[in-house]
Amino acid sequence: MSYRTVIGLEIHVQLMTKTKAFCPCQADVFELPPNTAICPVCTGQPGALPIVNSSMIDYAVKIALALNCDIHEYSRFDRKNYFYPDLPKGYQITQYFYPIATSGYLDIDVDDQTKRIRIRRLHIEEDAGKLVHEGDSITQAQYSFVDMNRCGIPLVEIVTEPDLSSPREARSFVEKLRTILRYLEVSTGDMEKGALRCDANISVVDETNNIQSNRVEVKNMNSFRFIEKALEYEQQRIIDSLRNGQNVEKETRGWDLSTKTTVSMRGKEEESDYRYFPEPDIPPVILSKDRIEQIRSSLVELPDQKIERFIQRYKIPRYDASVLAMNKEIADFYEACVKQTNKPKEVSNWIMTEMLREMKQLETEQINITPAHIFELFSLMEKGEISIKMAKDIFPEVFRTGRMPSEVLSERGMKQISDEKLIEQIIKRAMEQNPKAVEQYKSGKTNIVGYFVGQVMKETRGSANPQLVNEIVKRLLEG
Amino acid sequence: MFEKMTVEDCLNSNREELIEQSLERIRSTDPLIKSFISVAEKVQINDGPYKGIPIAIKDNITTKGLKTTCASKILENYIAPYDATCVKRLKDYGFAIVGKTNMDEFAMGSSTERSAFFTTRNPWNIDCVPGGSSGGSAAAVASGQVIASLGSDTGGSVRQPASFCGVVGFKPTYGLVSRYGLIAFASSLDQVGPITKSVKDAALIMEIIAGKDPFDSTTVSRKVDFLSQIEEGVEKMKFAVPEEVYEYEQLDNEVAERFEEALKTAEKLGASVKRVRIPSMKYAVATYYVIAPAEASSNLARYDGVKYGLRIEETGLKGTYMKTRNVGFGEEVRRRIVLGTFTLSAAYYEAYFNKALKVRRILSSDVNQILDRFDAILTPTSPVPAFKIGSVSDPLTYYLMDIFTVPANLVGIPAISIPFGFARGMPVGLQIMGKRFDDGKVLRIARNFEKRSPYNDNGRIPLPVVRI
Ligand SMILES: [Zn+2]
Repeated sequence: MSYRTVIGLEIHVQLMTKTKAFCPCQADVFELPPNTAICPVCTGQPGALPIVNSSMIDYAVKIALALNCDIHEYSRFDRKNYFYPDLPKGYQITQYFYPIATSGYLDIDVDDQTKRIRIRRLHIEEDAGKLVHEGDSITQAQYSFVDMNRCGIPLVEIVTEPDLSSPREARSFVEKLRTILRYLEVSTGDMEKGALRCDANISVVDETNNIQSNRVEVKNMNSFRFIEKALEYEQQRIIDSLRNGQNVEKETRGWDLSTKTTVSMRGKEEESDYRYFPEPDIPPVILSKDRIEQIRSSLVELPDQKIERFIQRYKIPRYDASVLAMNKEIADFYEACVKQTNKPKEVSNWIMTEMLREMKQLETEQINITPAHIFELFSLMEKGEISIKMAKDIFPEVFRTGRMPSEVLSERGMKQISDEKLIEQIIKRAMEQNPKAVEQYKSGKTNIVGYFVGQVMKETRGSANPQLVNEIVKRLLEG
Repeated sequence: MFEKMTVEDCLNSNREELIEQSLERIRSTDPLIKSFISVAEKVQINDGPYKGIPIAIKDNITTKGLKTTCASKILENYIAPYDATCVKRLKDYGFAIVGKTNMDEFAMGSSTERSAFFTTRNPWNIDCVPGGSSGGSAAAVASGQVIASLGSDTGGSVRQPASFCGVVGFKPTYGLVSRYGLIAFASSLDQVGPITKSVKDAALIMEIIAGKDPFDSTTVSRKVDFLSQIEEGVEKMKFAVPEEVYEYEQLDNEVAERFEEALKTAEKLGASVKRVRIPSMKYAVATYYVIAPAEASSNLARYDGVKYGLRIEETGLKGTYMKTRNVGFGEEVRRRIVLGTFTLSAAYYEAYFNKALKVRRILSSDVNQILDRFDAILTPTSPVPAFKIGSVSDPLTYYLMDIFTVPANLVGIPAISIPFGFARGMPVGLQIMGKRFDDGKVLRIARNFEKRSPYNDNGRIPLPVVRI
């Protein structure tokens, strides 16, 4: 039996505009005390009216351009009506009938294959507030508090076509999207903090019997790993149902972290009628071609373009280029280092292994050092003042503290010894202590050189310049 | 005499006593008229060219520090944290707000009988309604409690009560006056307008409250001159009268007679009058009663007992929502919310709401075509004069009375009602509608009728004598 999985995503991106979507309140409310970034507009006071934040429109256009969408000169806001305590107006302002952009795509790489994922639509909407339940859970709470700080924060919703065929692809799509959002500097893309939220629609086709299961919506996947895990779980659950001839309910399920399963949140019969209609308080958004072009020309180089340029210009493998381009800061750092050292491949290796490992260990996305650090490190190696091994040894400390490599070296007393006289002395002493080995060399056992080199390295705790030691050992043994 | 004073009169006289006189007049007459839901305990004095002139504000326009109830139990104790833009502008010019006037709950009605608190009486006959929904604002001006007032007009709510109470009521072009702070009923139709004792006063107030507001993106930046041409004549102007006025069966005979007299006056003024057809006008009321309730059902969703206003706790969230809204909203408001919820539902959106939007576009195009050829369209403001309190109970009869006023809201054009005689002892209003942004011209035409009206009292509109 063969099964084919069909996944479509609905992704909400929190925009990092200065102010909220429709009022002057600040939009960055992370960790603010409840209800401190609010005003009559975002708390739905009677008589208050929304005013469109124009940088929100610019941000949305940027994302739409990066996702190769058709951007519409005419778009409009609509009201989505439903009751919930975190929704102060009793409706959400969104774009339903005329979204700002449609018909785009994003290419993702999975298993060395490039796959094009079509984007159905991209629209702007406002976020709702947050309920804080007294006690541990909603079911036990006697009452709940409403924090309206998040009300009115601008979001862009991106809806893909059902072009993704595995949980893995779903994850890479969202990862790639986040990279782009960060390149554009329109969102932090932080899934854990809710700045990037992903819901998925998944169904499975039983290709042997040509049956497609109902679509299940999966929510609460608040990390890349959970997207993959939740969809893997859900995919298996649906396949099992198909196999056993059971009906797959059309429903919404949530990823439950504690049980590592998906659980039913609401069924089909609870689907709401949102009574969408044009928002009469906001005139249509008219985007001139000029404005769109202006935004297009202000776009930064996007990851895919950067990868191609890196391959061309620095002659590094595609794999390296893709790893570097995953994060704009790293890519920029790489380029700055190459500019100073003129060693594209070496720097790329260094960043990909030494630096990324360090960042992963520190669980940071911040680069605490400057290209000058890398330049110094490379110069020291080039001049033979330190070995690669030494460089690797000190790098974690350099990266963590931000101190220059030379500082760390001298503090640890780890300068590479290139003093010929000193090395000669050490070798001579070793020869005197072990005349037998000298004899062996003279009788033709030339690999005894390694023994003496080892002795020197031992004596200097690895800080002698190995090449130099090698030369001197040979010279003295010959002599 | 204070009660007959206009804004213009106030500008030319000592204004120190006006606020006190207004409060005194309210104390003596309001037990009878009941225009006010709340009267300021301490009237805020503001500097400006209109300093000391007392006005009243309809209770659906927010006033910082004064209750704004919308004549609804659900907002019975609501104090807005901010002034509406139009209120702020009036204050900036020195006007003093003495109180908030009664209305039909959330402006849904034409008589103030739908107020959750009480019915305002018509100063001409206290057994009659003052009209609505801005009935309190109209009665307060007619009975001389204030010099002028603000109302809001969604389907005639400024013009019809002005007509019933024999005063001037002006609905500006949609987008000229900020709606920021006007508690929304139907956002695409609502517009704040003045109720005054003279056309000139309406123009004076429009000069202050109109203009682009950064807090309302439906306001326009276009500058409109309301005042400077107001004393010019109307010779050679062309007025259109819709045949549909005569075809309306419920048109009161005496109202029709006054209207004919008005048309004669037009000719005396040197203008010409011609009958035209606006076929889509007969769908205006139906269209209005789809669009307005639909928008209202959404606008009123915020009154859920969570953040402000009335909350009646019941088991569960849904229980609290239901109980709060059932008790908090009156019957008419609930009727319209249900109506609007229905027409917006996915299954009926096309058949009702979207169709209404289409008819609205057709009506706009029909009316605008007429206004391309004529300077104004004339109709009676209301087909009937003020009726007895409690005499109209069927909602449909009630809705159909809006026939002449709703087109201006659906099309977004300026319209004014000025007094023009009486029918059965109650005032009759003449409505003048003009092209979008022709507000100045509409006021000028109205001023000409006002000057020439055979019903004038010493060159002014007649005002009722309120016996205390
Ligand atoms: Zn706000």
